[in-house]
Amino acid sequence: MESILEVTGLTMDFGGLRALDHLDLDVKKGEIAALIGPNGAGKTTFFNCITGIYNPTGGDIIIRPPKGQGRKERINGIKPNHVTERGMARTFQNIRLFQNMSVLENVMIGRHCRTRTGVAGAMLRFRSTIEEEQAMVDYSYAIIEKIGLARFVNDLAKNLPYGAQRRLEIARAMATDPFLLLLDEPAAGMNPQETRELDGLINKIRDEENIAILLIEHDMKLVMSLSDRIFVMDYGRKIAQGGPDEIKRDPTVIKAYLGEDPDA
Amino acid sequence: MLSFAEIRRSVLVSAWFMFLTFPVMVIRVNPIEEVVEWRWRNLIMVGAGSFLISFVWRYLIARKERGKKAAEAGRAGGPPLARRAAVHAGFHKPLMGALAVFVLIFPFLFSTYQVNIMATALIYVMLGLGLNIVIGLAGLLDLGYVAFYAVGAYAYALLNHHFGLGFWAVLPIGAVMGATFGILLGFPVLRLRGDYLAIVTLGFGEIIRLVLENWNDFSFGPSGIANIDRPGFFGVEMSLEAATNYVYYLLIGLVLMTIFFVNRLQNSRIGRAWIALREDEIACQAMGIDKTKTKLTAFALGATWAGMAGVVFAAKTTFINPASFTFLESAIILSIVVLGGMGSIPGVIVGALVLILLPEYLRAFSDYRMLLFGAILVIMMVFRPEGLIAGARRVYEFKGKKETSDTADGIHT
Amino acid sequence: MEYFLELFLGGLTRGSIYALIALGYTMVYGIIELINFAHGEIYMIGAFTALIFASVFTLLGFNDLSILLLASLAAVTWASAYGYTIEKLAYKPLRKAPRLSALISAIGMSIFLQNYVLLAQTSDFLPFPRLIPHFSFMDPIVHVIGSAELVILITTAVVMIALTLLIKFTKLGKAMRATAQDRDMALLSGVNINKVISFTFIIGSFTAAVGGVLIASHIGMINFYIGFIAGIKAFTAAVLGGIGSVPGAVLGGMVLGWTESFATGYVSSDYEDVFAFSLLVLILIFRPEGILGRSTTQKV
Repeated sequence: MESILEVTGLTMDFGGLRALDHLDLDVKKGEIAALIGPNGAGKTTFFNCITGIYNPTGGDIIIRPPKGQGRKERINGIKPNHVTERGMARTFQNIRLFQNMSVLENVMIGRHCRTRTGVAGAMLRFRSTIEEEQAMVDYSYAIIEKIGLARFVNDLAKNLPYGAQRRLEIARAMATDPFLLLLDEPAAGMNPQETRELDGLINKIRDEENIAILLIEHDMKLVMSLSDRIFVMDYGRKIAQGGPDEIKRDPTVIKAYLGEDPDA
Repeated sequence: MLSFAEIRRSVLVSAWFMFLTFPVMVIRVNPIEEVVEWRWRNLIMVGAGSFLISFVWRYLIARKERGKKAAEAGRAGGPPLARRAAVHAGFHKPLMGALAVFVLIFPFLFSTYQVNIMATALIYVMLGLGLNIVIGLAGLLDLGYVAFYAVGAYAYALLNHHFGLGFWAVLPIGAVMGATFGILLGFPVLRLRGDYLAIVTLGFGEIIRLVLENWNDFSFGPSGIANIDRPGFFGVEMSLEAATNYVYYLLIGLVLMTIFFVNRLQNSRIGRAWIALREDEIACQAMGIDKTKTKLTAFALGATWAGMAGVVFAAKTTFINPASFTFLESAIILSIVVLGGMGSIPGVIVGALVLILLPEYLRAFSDYRMLLFGAILVIMMVFRPEGLIAGARRVYEFKGKKETSDTADGIHT
Repeated sequence: MEYFLELFLGGLTRGSIYALIALGYTMVYGIIELINFAHGEIYMIGAFTALIFASVFTLLGFNDLSILLLASLAAVTWASAYGYTIEKLAYKPLRKAPRLSALISAIGMSIFLQNYVLLAQTSDFLPFPRLIPHFSFMDPIVHVIGSAELVILITTAVVMIALTLLIKFTKLGKAMRATAQDRDMALLSGVNINKVISFTFIIGSFTAAVGGVLIASHIGMINFYIGFIAGIKAFTAAVLGGIGSVPGAVLGGMVLGWTESFATGYVSSDYEDVFAFSLLVLILIFRPEGILGRSTTQKV
């Protein structure tokens, strides 16, 4: 299987602190990959580097979008909006919705980079503007239905229950037509019931939408049941990688999680 | 219910304010004649006033806290009665009709003086709606907005003075000049954080004013430019009264156009991007929105309206000088937007009418005008940041549901 | 050379005053990330309070030195009281609100205070008594630097040192630094945040009032509007040096003072304020972290 995202030797320094240390990671077409590791291992920093929020100190981030969705490209240091335009969309660990916009509008914002209406179109409402707007509403509504938020469609994002807010983040990211979805702790703060639903949802996105997924997650049950491959990080380095069963048995991983004495 | 503790607190507050305001409110010195005036009456007024206000203040703070808790507990109620009534078509249509008739026959009901004041208020409505794009929708605090107003006014005054260009020729030029200045000034500063942006725009505004004041060859300095032509109407000679009425109707037209366009903008792809930017810059970028471009569009469009308003202002007053474009003018427009409701078109209109007409009609207010504006900014931010009429767009017009969005009606609002 | 020296010292004096006012901005910004727009008005109220009390004491027949001391004492007392009250009324309720809300509130407070003084006192310029006595030992060099300038420079230096010591070595200073670093963490560690913020406003207002008294007796004229321009310039100084940093405020004040002094001396005095504003715009565009500040990475 070909990789659609290939990260090699990614390094990020903050002043004297090395947050990422020559990290290698790749995501293949149609796979669900997970990035795990103790708090402060550098997982979110990794997301911020590959989505253009930080400009990494070293290494290569290369995307190979599936046929018809773009070309192979090194995307180090490009702006976040350009990363999204190229087909990688993300969610945030600490939910960052547009609080005072409705659910529908939040998702429509995701369509922004796939639509064209400019100032003149907005003021004069050409026929093409109206059609584009209608298409946007339909497309967004379809996603909202798929993600199971249809009953909230006109509610303000801030009035949504917590679990629904997390799902809305996913819906919003999906609206940008990504080939790879980056989910930062999608299950954080969810109850077991919501987590089970999320498991189904993520699988559905992969199977039905053909979107590959890379997720950061602390809920090991979810990670093990969802992932095809797992990458484990500690102190900015990758310490292991493999299928769920391999990872479960890997002594380095166990040590990193349980904090065992290296000499023991 | 007034408990003893409550009263004691208010007494303490009152004593504190009597102490605080003592030098400024009570003593007034005349250093030339070397006399000191003791105004003890003021002390009593401050004491009594702060005693009473402290109850209201605490009540409002407590109410706000309760409101917050209710919202957190998910008990957010439906839209307030006033909005439901306004949205309800059966109520809405006759109301709008009556308003339209009133606006049209206004010049026949009132004196030229009144019409003139109303025209001034309408200029502020335009300015408020323009600034609302920048502050209310895009969340960019522009404290130098008046600079673009000055650009428009001077564009007309100078083009009229040197080349004899008429109002209708310069109106679009003023708009373009405003937009151009918006882009020129906006481009370097829009990557700054919100509060720095506010200060830089304030700096720019002051620089433009100071240049107008000192560059005599270009702008005629502090003495300004007089005898600017009023707007023409196919070369018809008009009496002062007719000219005033004409400006009034012209402004009504411009305000309607502004409302029309701003309304369309805020419900468009561009407008949604502005609001998203206001809500969360980082998430906005992560969703594929070009931050700089989006900010620049808002900034330039806001400036466009200020430019147009400037042209109308110069044509209406026939005289302009730099004193009309101080920071205080920016602050007044800001107060209008804040009082009315950031991001709310009806709010801004009400805000402008209240703030401009109230001091004109209640003479007692006019001395305290700026004091009132300052207090409004503080009080609104503390107790009602959403303004008198909260942004109506928050309830989105698209029904979203399949059955309604299939009808083309979903889009026409 | 003489002219240059004159401009240099003039800039130094001017810069000291900017520095004194800039301290209030920088400390408040360091702690609650708010541009306290009303800070210039505190300075103005400080100067007015000094003027009012100096006049009263003059009429009561006090001698010059006791007038200076009592008027300055009154100025710092009331300025601090205003600073404290403003924070409680206009900023404290907005601590959790978006930052722009607090800034708008601050602008409102500034306009309110200006007009409050305008209405309660006068819109005219008032002559400010020469509170700083003339030292005869300065006579030989008085054409270069006068007694008032000397007092301004010494006072500024003393205030800076005292403030630096306060922040570095006292418990309050430690609490202030902790609050500036991470408000929630400081709260959890038992720092009384409200008290720290109040103290910050009081100290900032105190130094602004000192600046107000000094500059007013140096220039000899005040009105209700002096705070606005001085406030923006002092803010420029604070940003120039690196907002949040005490030595930065001093450095920024000096740089701004010299810029103005030399620019008006050698270029044109018509554009005095334009130089300051241009410097503000340029520094914010090209180096918003200031001369001594460090750039910060946004938290995601």
